[in-house]
Amino acid sequence: MDRLAGRWIRIYIPILLFILITLFPFYWMTVTSFKSASELFDFNQSPLFVAAPTLEWYKILFFQTNFWHWTVNTTIVAVVSTSISLFCSVLAGYALGRLRFRGADAIGWGIFITYLVPPTLLFLPLAFVIRDLHLFNNLWALILTYPTFLIPFCTWLLIGYFKGIPRELEESALVDGASRWQAMMRIAIPLALPGILSAGMFAFTLSWNEFLYSLIFMNDSLSKTIPVGVTTEFIKGDEFYWGVLMAAALLGSIPVALLYSFFVDYFVAGMTAGAVKG
Amino acid sequence: MSTATRRVSGAGVSRPLHLRLIEREAPMGYILLLPTLLVLGTFLAWPFLFGLWLSVTSAELSDPGHFIGFGNYNFEFKIDHPFWTSFWNTFLYTGVTTVFKFTLGLSMALLLNQIFPLQRFVRAALLLPWIIPTVLSTLAWKWMFDPTFSVVNWVAVHLHLVAAPGPNWFGGTSTAMAALMIVNTWRGMPFYGIAFLAGLQTIPLDLYEAARVDGANRWQQFLHITLPLLRPVLLVVLLLSTILTFADFQVPFVLTNGAPYNSTHVLATWAYQWGVPGGAIGLGASVSLVLFPVLSIIIAGVLVLLRRPE
Repeated sequence: MDRLAGRWIRIYIPILLFILITLFPFYWMTVTSFKSASELFDFNQSPLFVAAPTLEWYKILFFQTNFWHWTVNTTIVAVVSTSISLFCSVLAGYALGRLRFRGADAIGWGIFITYLVPPTLLFLPLAFVIRDLHLFNNLWALILTYPTFLIPFCTWLLIGYFKGIPRELEESALVDGASRWQAMMRIAIPLALPGILSAGMFAFTLSWNEFLYSLIFMNDSLSKTIPVGVTTEFIKGDEFYWGVLMAAALLGSIPVALLYSFFVDYFVAGMTAGAVKG
Repeated sequence: MSTATRRVSGAGVSRPLHLRLIEREAPMGYILLLPTLLVLGTFLAWPFLFGLWLSVTSAELSDPGHFIGFGNYNFEFKIDHPFWTSFWNTFLYTGVTTVFKFTLGLSMALLLNQIFPLQRFVRAALLLPWIIPTVLSTLAWKWMFDPTFSVVNWVAVHLHLVAAPGPNWFGGTSTAMAALMIVNTWRGMPFYGIAFLAGLQTIPLDLYEAARVDGANRWQQFLHITLPLLRPVLLVVLLLSTILTFADFQVPFVLTNGAPYNSTHVLATWAYQWGVPGGAIGLGASVSLVLFPVLSIIIAGVLVLLRRPE
């Protein structure tokens, strides 16, 4: 009995507290999105539960706003920029993790150093570049700029994966007459697929969540992404449309949450690869 | 580090063969790197250099401006009061949240490393704040800290933790800063927790058994086995998190955007304030560039710690 009580105090109760704090904002988002306007601002009854659930806010969201456009935009940008970033980083990761050539280390460090130049530092000069390319309010503005923070991350993750594949596998293919390209395409890349999948998950999530570039480059309502559309159009001055805001926040979170729940192990692997192998 | 190991492993190979290998692989290496270098060059390196130039001009979006030397820096260091507020806020924000994320993340990792029911579910649930779009979860927090209908206050009052009606979170500088730090800690802690957990799982269990045989208690085991072996992971996580927090835009922009009275700006939101609504792109660029030397010093420091021999 004492052992069990000890486990409750040392393990179960702290874990329950962590879960409560972690999940409460999502619970609050959900509860709010189903409350009627009068119930939202009535704290005489417990605000933690919904008395009379309503789909009012979801109707407004779907039929009176551009939320659907934003979802399509966010998806296109995330899919295309992730594909571009994966293409670049698989090749770069292979080159830096596998091939021996002058300058490889310097370039590897150079890519790492780009962490020092976060979007916060780049968004103002980039606004000029995007203007000169006539890409304001064009999804290509995001598709081309997101890889600047996706490629360094994915490349570093994949360098580690390619280094972990035994050299002998490729060498034996070379002895059998395969070219260097064939060895890469048929042996190293298929073996690195779990790593590529991790990198892809991450890149997709990071693009889905991106805010600053999208805020600056997309001003036309029809070309906004979800995070920008929600924050710029459901808040008017001091007035917050909490019902619609929370409905949109919930729906905007679901795609990444679903992706994540199916591939949680790849996520964790990708997230910790850098940290543990670093 | 990798150069060193490569030299050692190359020592056995005869030099001409080693050189030949390099010659054969070099063209392929450069070709494979080409797309990456092209993208990073156009949309990262070039804008960075251009940003350096902008910071010494009077540029606006419609007007390239002209060279004004250190005029922008002079203005922000000597005249622009909110600049210094945001400068120190950035340090405070990063420092305080890092301490909390580190300690809470480490406790989370130690807990998750125990055996308990529903382990996979719990691990997945705890990582959620880090996966969900920050802007959207920050909006939920903003509603939770609402001046009149704060559920945080409602719960705190009903648990008799504070007197009704509870603090007006965004009404005062210190409570607004506290709200920013709470949200950032909530969002960043899972990254620490899960990364530390992965580090913990690489520590061989027989080390703990040996220590127990020698009579070490739990605390001694933690201090002399867990912490030293976890050091590389701790430092890498600290490095990445410090960079991200220092340059954070989303949480401060959505939650307070400087309120009340420009007292809770950080460098990122202050640069935005000058550059976008203010239209002074040159000045905004000079504010955001202040991040660069600070980040470089932090990173150099962590890398030195990381490379120090055991």
